[in-house]
Amino acid sequence: MLTIATGNKAVAAAVKAAKPAVVAAYPITPQTEVVEQIAEYVTAGEMDARYIPVESEHSAMTACIGASITGVRSFTATSSHGLLYMHEMLHWAAGARLPIVMANINRSLGPGWNVWAEHTDAFSQRDTGWLQFFVGDVQEAYDTTLMAFRIAENNDILLPVMVNLDGFVLSHIMQSLETVEPGDYIPPMRLPHRIDPENPAGYGAMTGPNDHFRFRWEIERAMRNSPAVIRDAEEEFFRQFGRKYGPTEEYRCEDAEVLIVALGTLGKEAEVAVDILRDAGIKAGSMRIRWFRPFPDLDIGGRDLVVLDRGYSFGYGGVLSSEIRSKYPGASIYSVVAGLGGQEVTYDDIAGFVRDRRMGEEFWFGVDA
Amino acid sequence: MAEIPEDEYLLKCTTACAGCSAALALRYVLKAAGPDTVLVVPACCTSVLQGIYPNTAFAVPVYNIAFAAAAACASGMSEAFASEGKKTNVIVFAGDGGTVDIGIQALSGALERGTNFLYICYDNEAYGNTGMQRSGATPIGARTTTTPGGKTDTKKDIDRIIAAHNIPYQATASAAHPKDLFEKVKTALATPGPSFIHILVPCPPGWRIPSDMPVTVGKMAVKTGMWVLWERKYGELTINGPSRAVMKKRLPLKEYLSLQGRFKGITEKQVNELEQQLGKNLAMLAKEEAGEC
Repeated sequence: MLTIATGNKAVAAAVKAAKPAVVAAYPITPQTEVVEQIAEYVTAGEMDARYIPVESEHSAMTACIGASITGVRSFTATSSHGLLYMHEMLHWAAGARLPIVMANINRSLGPGWNVWAEHTDAFSQRDTGWLQFFVGDVQEAYDTTLMAFRIAENNDILLPVMVNLDGFVLSHIMQSLETVEPGDYIPPMRLPHRIDPENPAGYGAMTGPNDHFRFRWEIERAMRNSPAVIRDAEEEFFRQFGRKYGPTEEYRCEDAEVLIVALGTLGKEAEVAVDILRDAGIKAGSMRIRWFRPFPDLDIGGRDLVVLDRGYSFGYGGVLSSEIRSKYPGASIYSVVAGLGGQEVTYDDIAGFVRDRRMGEEFWFGVDA
Repeated sequence: MAEIPEDEYLLKCTTACAGCSAALALRYVLKAAGPDTVLVVPACCTSVLQGIYPNTAFAVPVYNIAFAAAAACASGMSEAFASEGKKTNVIVFAGDGGTVDIGIQALSGALERGTNFLYICYDNEAYGNTGMQRSGATPIGARTTTTPGGKTDTKKDIDRIIAAHNIPYQATASAAHPKDLFEKVKTALATPGPSFIHILVPCPPGWRIPSDMPVTVGKMAVKTGMWVLWERKYGELTINGPSRAVMKKRLPLKEYLSLQGRFKGITEKQVNELEQQLGKNLAMLAKEEAGEC
């Protein structure tokens, strides 16, 4: 069905289609619309889920953990401080190998209070064992949320999945949305280690170093399995619903000499910047990264990279540019820190970064000259 | 009164300290609950006494969860079981630190939401498995490793905090009175919605008592009125068993305090404070039972 929706409502519609048994809900700007919309679906009888209006995000993630370990599908959504308040339980969800799906509406962290887009929240959860996707538009928010359930619940993975979308610039803007009936695209959830009183077992008891070490390795092994499973989910999505996704979305990259690399909506703006640059005779392309964990292989081929970073590791560097530098040590990178706290970054600004690039350097937009 | 079954769900291989009355209480809790039960355990002595992976000392599934998170985990489980039409009992078994301190927010939320579960706080009046540090449940005058001079603050009245949530069933119990505990767990699990049971569990290493003394000390807590056995069903309070007699005549508090090494060095002023709190508590319970408040 073709409709229009905000990024938030697209996520809620995808969750409705995925039919979770339990949704834990706690409000936070700019995520609130997701849990409000799900509450409306449940109240109207359009969604047969148990809706748990928890008292905190720590409890939101914990309630999802409690539900998931019984073998049922669960979902929650958050932003910013909410995500950080869950931090302990994010590790728990991954360590317990629970296929929980969560939307995170990317927002900066205080102080001072700032409710606008930034990726620091998601970046700070990088090492929790969650798969993380970043999306660039409303349709992709919907499609990726659907794919997230299939990927998380795959028995070669059994890890939680976070779908990231930029606060306000995506969560609150309306675009066209085509909804689908997922049917057997998301098979029934089968959790091999679900709690069963007829087969009592201990979960998460004291564990010695050797077993602990082995369990950590199992998480990494699942992460290493995940690219094939994600690819399969993307290909099957294309086959059934006709929309194509991959680890990156590449725009005019084939003959490009300089690539703009970004996450989320900045990567969409970059496509317009590419057209502007191409019109001026500069062979630019855009490589928007969709998978953050697992971090994908990139076809950078010795080209200049202008990396846009909406999050920073103080004392080290832009997070995305650091990830790329660490994976491709010889890469020629111009690291642009831009868009923190919702700072406006236009496609003209992005075209300017490319024109004025100083390879090997770092540039703080709005601070550096 | 229901017969206490011979079936055991707490097996004979726990890694509990000698004389652990939390293990004793849990044994009767599980006898009352039966096999269709899931136990949710935050960080506490029970995380230790269940044994080391891949062994477990429990014949029911036990889900270990982070310190602050037990009630929220039970909330998710309870809703998930309900969504599948299952009647499985969801029981939190949490220590006092995990209940009155770090877990109180999740607990309050789960009670307010009417979660169908039983939350049991077994109270050894300190952080036990980390080596007896003070908690909000430590009484005045008790020495712990973080109150080497004796605690100067009052024990948090978790029961009245819970009561403010107006839940269908709430009770106190004691590991030294297992039949009463067994009955209360049965009643709690038969009552839809949230239930809360607060069990006093004397702790040999923590309270500095010999390992054959927890039952004696637990009984003395009741005889002196320091611990009162009661239950509140849909707002109606009943004082139970031996505590009924204690309302009329009780042993001097010092007979309870002097059994325990942790109260060595308690001042007369602190004993008086404990006496006053104890008297006030008994008076409030008597008034409530009589319908006067």
